Amino acid sequence: MASLAPTFGRGAMTNHWVDIKNANLVIIMGGNAAEAHPCGFKWVTEAKAHNKAKLVVIDPRFTRSAAVADYYAPLRTGTDIAFLGGVINYLLTHDKIQHEYVKAYTDAGFIVRSDYLFKDGLFSGYQPKTRSYDKSSWMYEIGADGYAKVDPTLTHPRCVFNLMKQHYARYTPEVVENICGTPKDTFLRVCGLIAETSTSDRTATFMYALGWTQHTVGTQMIRTAAMVQLLLGNIGMPGGGVNALRGHSNIQGLTDLGLLSNLLPGYMTLPGESEVDFKKYIAARAFKPLRPHQLSFWQNYGKFHVSLMKAWYGAAATKENNFCYDWLPKLDKVHDVLQVFEDMHNGKLNGYLCQGFNPLAAFPNKAKIGGALAKLKYLVVIDPLATETSEFWRNFGEFNDVDSAKIATEVFRLPSGCFAEEDGSLVNSGRWMQWHWKGQDPPGEGKSDTEIVAGIFLRIRELYRKHGGAFSDPVRNLTWDYAIPYRPHPEEIAKEYNGSALADLTDPKNKTKVIKKRGEQLDGFLQLRDDGTTACGCWIFAGCWTEKGNMMARRDTADPSGLGETLGWAFAWPANRRILYNRASCNPSGRPWDPIKRNLIHWNGRAWVGFDVPDFKPDSPPAEGMGPFIMLPEGVARFFTLGNVVDGPFPEHYEPFETPIDTNPLHRQVVSNPAARVFRDDLEAFGKSTDYPYAATTYRLTEHFHFWTKHALINAVLQPEQFVEVGEVLAKEKGIKSGDRVMVRSNRGHIKAVAVVTKRIMPLKVDGKIVHTVGVPIHWGFKGVAKNGYIANTLTPFVGDANVQTPEFKSFIVDIEKA
Amino acid sequence: MAQQSLDIERRSATTTPSPNMRGHVAEVAKLIDISKCIGCKACQSACMEWNDYRGNVGTCDGTYNNPFDLAANQWTVMRFTEYEPPGGNLEWLIRKDGCMHCAEPGCLKACPAPGAIVQYSNGIVDFHEEHCIGCGYCITGCPFNIPRLSDADSKVYKCTLCSDRVAVGLEPACIKSCPTGALVFGSKDDMRQHAAGRIEDLKSRGYKNAGLYDPQGVGGTHVMYVLPHADRPQIYAGLPKDPHISPLVSLWKGALKPLMSLGLGVIAFAGVIHYVGVGPNETKDDKSKVDKSSEHRDQ
Repeated sequence: MASLAPTFGRGAMTNHWVDIKNANLVIIMGGNAAEAHPCGFKWVTEAKAHNKAKLVVIDPRFTRSAAVADYYAPLRTGTDIAFLGGVINYLLTHDKIQHEYVKAYTDAGFIVRSDYLFKDGLFSGYQPKTRSYDKSSWMYEIGADGYAKVDPTLTHPRCVFNLMKQHYARYTPEVVENICGTPKDTFLRVCGLIAETSTSDRTATFMYALGWTQHTVGTQMIRTAAMVQLLLGNIGMPGGGVNALRGHSNIQGLTDLGLLSNLLPGYMTLPGESEVDFKKYIAARAFKPLRPHQLSFWQNYGKFHVSLMKAWYGAAATKENNFCYDWLPKLDKVHDVLQVFEDMHNGKLNGYLCQGFNPLAAFPNKAKIGGALAKLKYLVVIDPLATETSEFWRNFGEFNDVDSAKIATEVFRLPSGCFAEEDGSLVNSGRWMQWHWKGQDPPGEGKSDTEIVAGIFLRIRELYRKHGGAFSDPVRNLTWDYAIPYRPHPEEIAKEYNGSALADLTDPKNKTKVIKKRGEQLDGFLQLRDDGTTACGCWIFAGCWTEKGNMMARRDTADPSGLGETLGWAFAWPANRRILYNRASCNPSGRPWDPIKRNLIHWNGRAWVGFDVPDFKPDSPPAEGMGPFIMLPEGVARFFTLGNVVDGPFPEHYEPFETPIDTNPLHRQVVSNPAARVFRDDLEAFGKSTDYPYAATTYRLTEHFHFWTKHALINAVLQPEQFVEVGEVLAKEKGIKSGDRVMVRSNRGHIKAVAVVTKRIMPLKVDGKIVHTVGVPIHWGFKGVAKNGYIANTLTPFVGDANVQTPEFKSFIVDIEKA
Repeated sequence: MAQQSLDIERRSATTTPSPNMRGHVAEVAKLIDISKCIGCKACQSACMEWNDYRGNVGTCDGTYNNPFDLAANQWTVMRFTEYEPPGGNLEWLIRKDGCMHCAEPGCLKACPAPGAIVQYSNGIVDFHEEHCIGCGYCITGCPFNIPRLSDADSKVYKCTLCSDRVAVGLEPACIKSCPTGALVFGSKDDMRQHAAGRIEDLKSRGYKNAGLYDPQGVGGTHVMYVLPHADRPQIYAGLPKDPHISPLVSLWKGALKPLMSLGLGVIAFAGVIHYVGVGPNETKDDKSKVDKSSEHRDQ
């Protein structure tokens, strides 16, 4: 999300599941779709069977995805940027790029400020004390007209194209082999397959998931793939894209609705503590175009924001009080989960409401998480299952060896229903909002999450009403117009997200014409106003529940183009568009790049029309020169992300914080991400390769879903007992046989499990030494019907991605021995 | 289990002619495309769900095979094999194992219990456990090592190809659950045709020995495989290259049959003597055994 938005404009899978069938080449890297997304993986098999597509899998392990791949390339965990940087270098040096696309639809020709620099592993502006960058030099040169300067010939030495060329020239096949351990000929074979899609009639799709996000350089790994796809002209095209496969059902919906500590719904952002002025807050986010004739759609930020505040605070939000802007929290820093547990660990939190989350199992360094929970006064767990977190205080022998008598935290367990026990919508990876209907009531005392949260809210509001309290306005004035206040119906909430007219709305071009009557549901976000006459709970969801009814409940499978663009099936945000940036599926003059196989939309002389909803101003003629990336002020996609990514405008290879080689072969003085946040006690908890010589990575298995399905008998039958995977060579060195019990240790703790000795994890030669990898599936714990096991996250380090703080579950170091 | 809408073509240890009024029945087949299988075990899960059995929560034996083997309460399993072809790249072969539903079923031929094993006119070979005497001869008769004797009730169980679903026009549960289309079901002719397309695709990807596994030694099967290396079926966790019904079965049902009848007569006579002399056998309470087999929690 944090990588795709600065590159393309929106933080979501660019295409959608069904569209994968249109690819000529499927690259699975930073994920294991067959294992973790088996149902979606069917579209890969469709592409292979019906589009003669090839499947390439690049992974530290020969995975279930690799089992059905045409080609597999191993690489060391955490080195994906080096690999893909090498691909960029290959494409540029072999001239395998789609020139017209790169020139017209990217920032390749934009001229960067002369004080921008990359040297010895650091970008210009580094401030070691704060481990952060002053990003002001990561900017275009701006002309007297206020627009960015562009050299369409791509000859200027400081245009993005040439800076990129220079940056990745270091990533030769030999360097890739030395860092990643991927044999040079294997790497070149993959480059050759990718390069084949640089023509306008062939596309490649990247499928990734937590194998990229769970690194301290996760955002930049995804960025590197996005750059490869831009060079190939594969964004906006059917069968192309950078496709984020979300790790949980509806986790896309979670980010869409802003359930992260620094977001508001619809990818709007909370103000920082210095942003006390409402108008300045809006202006800083309503980006003005950086080039002539660009849409720069975030210019409408004020409309989205005011409509949100009207949805939340109704009549209390007025123009005079800046629509309750002062009631919004102003952030001193990001309060992500790692930060919250750091604070909890330091005794700064009294209580924690833990809803649909099992941090003791799911977050890194179990000892620290358990220690933090023990410092709380109270913990409320809202979950359908009796999770490990809810029993963190109970002694489960070797699996959770705590002294219950010393833990004073009071735990409240509120049983909730699961998705099948309530109506509602789920947003899938492809941004489809699909309505579902309740199958049965929750068992026993279980209630839906909505009902539980409503109950808590109403009681708190009552306390404030009765007894007053500091700053109670936001609670007392929150809109709560549900028919049954303690049990809001999902339909009511969905309608709120869609938005409605609070007054009669007139056509801006003809003030006498009423387009929406007061109280009517809106048709889409184009009808939103910044004067308080519209309410909308999540602007990108506008259109999901209109006057025509529930668009998410539609189930029409008609697919007139045969490309899988079923516009009558459910609703896809934004505006029911299925392939984002689809304007880029046409050449600058408005004709499809591939008119035979990928005729998606086109300019018919008066308007943009076709089989998908154009992701574009529908009446902007090609001659006007509006770019296809309408969310960005440039109108074009960014190789160079300016200051929008905290750890550099170009991705650079940094080692994981725990690396088996203790150095970075590219710049030995800057080893790991210099802009990643590290808490002091966690720095001390990192290990060294002298004690922990082996790379390790954690992952999921098809038979289980996270820590849930070990509670289900059938899943427990299919994968009953905790194991770790060890390559044959390492196993032989250590005298480990398949089926032996082994102990895996990191600097933070140990687990014991059965060894699966395998050919599928190969030793790799890296920087002159042999690196072995130990694979650690995550699914076991001390609750459920599967055999009890250790929590895998006992081993993992408490450090996250520099941009979004997703923990580095995928790369750390361990030692292993027979137990 | 008996299906009224399916004619029984053959019946174990039975000499009376089969009904054949419903002549308009196509032979069915399940096709398992190894090249599309990701080993997700959704089919194992669906088999348990539809057929109302549950395997045991076992242990990890150092492989991905779980449960390790077929059992009376596990009618299909994935078998994972890591294979390095000479001079080639590593392959992870995943084969869904279960009853092959042979056209010439060795189990049925070996079975001495009338009506315990039947073959429907659509080709499905089914066990009617209520007639099973637990002798285990079907296990000897099977060239694929499929049927399993239950400790709990001394009956033999195996995949039914969801004969109950197929009888009413549904596909077997495993087919329904397969996310990648590795499992397909239809008439045997259609499945052969589908396989031909898959084999052509595999050949275009360099699997020059790709082919269909439909072994003629058992008259062909109603569960077929598309194998990327059809010249070496054994590499797929020991799939027999040229399966035949054990000669013991032919002997048993051929030359030795009169002797067998004599033997049965002697046993029956001995039984009568036993009853008269000793009295009836006490039937042990089998419930404890049943409970044991359905003991899922192992902690």
